[in-house]
Amino acid sequence: MSGRREFVCIRCPLGCNITVETENGGIKSITGNTCPRGADYVTKEMTDPRRTVTSLVRVRGGELPVVSVKTAGDIPKDKIADCIRALKGIELSAPVRIGDPVAENVCGTGVDIVAAANVGQA
Amino acid sequence: MKKDLVIIGGGPAGLAAAIAAKEAGVEDLLVLERDSRLGGILNQCIHNGFGLHTFKEELTGPEYAARYIEKAEALDIPCKLNTMVIDLAAEGGRKRVTVMNRQEGLYEIEARAVILAMGCRERPRGALNIPGYRPAGIYTAGTAQRYVNIEGRMPGREVVVLGSGDIGLIMARRMTLEGAKVKLVAELMPYSGGLKRNIVQCLDDFDIPLKLSHTVVDIKGKERVEGVTIARVDENSKPIPGTEEEVACDTLLLSCGLIPENELSESIGVAINPATGGPFVNESLETDREGVFACGNVLHVHDLVDYVSEESSQAGRNAAAYLQGALAGKGKAISLRAADGIRYTVPASIDVSRMGETQTVRFRVGSVYRDAALEVTCGGRVLKHIDKRVLAPGEMEQVVLKRSELQNIGNSESITFSVRTEKREV
Ligand SMILES: Cc1cc2nc3c(=O)[nH]c(=O)nc-3n(C[C@H](O)[C@H](O)[C@H](O)COP(=O)(O)OP(=O)(O)OC[C@H]3O[C@@H](n4cnc5c(N)ncnc54)[C@H](O)[C@@H]3O)c2cc1C
Ligand code: SF4
Repeated sequence: MSGRREFVCIRCPLGCNITVETENGGIKSITGNTCPRGADYVTKEMTDPRRTVTSLVRVRGGELPVVSVKTAGDIPKDKIADCIRALKGIELSAPVRIGDPVAENVCGTGVDIVAAANVGQA
Repeated sequence: MKKDLVIIGGGPAGLAAAIAAKEAGVEDLLVLERDSRLGGILNQCIHNGFGLHTFKEELTGPEYAARYIEKAEALDIPCKLNTMVIDLAAEGGRKRVTVMNRQEGLYEIEARAVILAMGCRERPRGALNIPGYRPAGIYTAGTAQRYVNIEGRMPGREVVVLGSGDIGLIMARRMTLEGAKVKLVAELMPYSGGLKRNIVQCLDDFDIPLKLSHTVVDIKGKERVEGVTIARVDENSKPIPGTEEEVACDTLLLSCGLIPENELSESIGVAINPATGGPFVNESLETDREGVFACGNVLHVHDLVDYVSEESSQAGRNAAAYLQGALAGKGKAISLRAADGIRYTVPASIDVSRMGETQTVRFRVGSVYRDAALEVTCGGRVLKHIDKRVLAPGEMEQVVLKRSELQNIGNSESITFSVRTEKREV
């Protein structure tokens, strides 16, 4: 069985169009990537697609009602929805600084959630 | 009040310009920002993908902004927040900046040089010409972004996005993650206006359909949006009868492009390039008004903040050189012509005697090209030929010219930027 899949690399804004030829479920060739990161991206995308997730959590006593947060690394794509759900119940107290821990090992991914903005006290 | 340098806008452009000017020796400077915090549009861009070029890591908007805000603080750069510039005028060699804030009321600052860094704003709905009532539930994507990301409120539950600009794409993902159902993104053009990586990460990842060559022809609902009618359009962007399709939704987001915010530039008489909506500038990012510089989204809309920072640092250094009398007297300017598929270039002219070792020229193409090339020519001579697999209006391109290349062009008055494609010959 041979096949072919088209990808757009998202590792940098260049957005290379990458073609992967497959044979017996394995990768036969990768073309179209400008740099090695593109090959790494499509290989991962075919086996274990991952994304960095950003969202918001509530802040008590802050100059703003919410603060943006992000996963400290990327998490499996199919855990994105669970991860967002897990953040819903969390409330932080101002002040919040960039890098402050928000949640550990989110949804068993081994990845932590950290604050991604500064929110001062009201 | 008198200042050597006034910077209008405290977004990434204004901050980078101020930092570079201060590092180049300008002590008497002031940043004016109408918002209550520095950072500009980045404060509401909570997604990651900023700073890949500059910091080699993927930061979120607020994280990227914080790096520059901290640097500006460390350099003791004075910034006035909640202060809006309402007029700009030239008086002899000086510039009169009229500002307003709650504490001090209305007053004037006399500046020797000014950097315009006001950013851009979204094209409002009025410009879109959709018939029907004006029910609640219609927002520009940026306004929705502000609601969701800064105020923590959701504008609606069932969403249609008109326009595939980056803000629209980012908001399609954002609202999906927050539990809304994004039904589709309709784009008038046969190609997307946003970055490809955003189409993959924001639409494909969540199976949100992107309908190219489609537009909204009707909005249903009197009090609140109840649905929209979309239709396919022909090559002239006219809806094709019989292709209408009704889509139920309570929210319509408009992401139909950004326009540089240039009321102040116009009030001081700066010439505006109709292709960008921003000022014409020379190699020093100086407008046709001496001592008035422009950078960032007020100059031309950027997709990447890294380039905004880089461009703005250059504007800051040049403003410093101008104040120090080091921006050498004008030689002969070579004009840059945008032809065959290129919409504009920034800068619009280069004075070789004032340029650095290299000069980055940024521009956008007018439509999508495959297996094409960018060419820079002078007379019949090709100065640069760069092969490109894909060129698209949504992605800014750049070419770096060396001084040595431009010193060789003799008496030519202009150099031409164009797209070469095989297809045109067929
Ligand atoms: C939704 C969205 C998503 C984006 N996503 C990405 C991305 O993923 N990666 C990336 O690299 N880039 C991204 N960008 C681009 C990047 O954010 C912008 O290019 C950058 O913010 C432009 O900086 P600026 O300083 O020119 O403008 P702005 O950030 O708009 O700052 C202009 C500032 O000037 C102030 N101002 C305006 N007029 C006045 C006045 N009269 N008086 C006083 N102050 C005034 C405004 O309040 C504002 O603070 C995105 C942009 C948007 C809008
Ligand atoms: S292949 Fe390399 S250059 Fe191309 S988009 Fe991916 S990371 Fe960027």
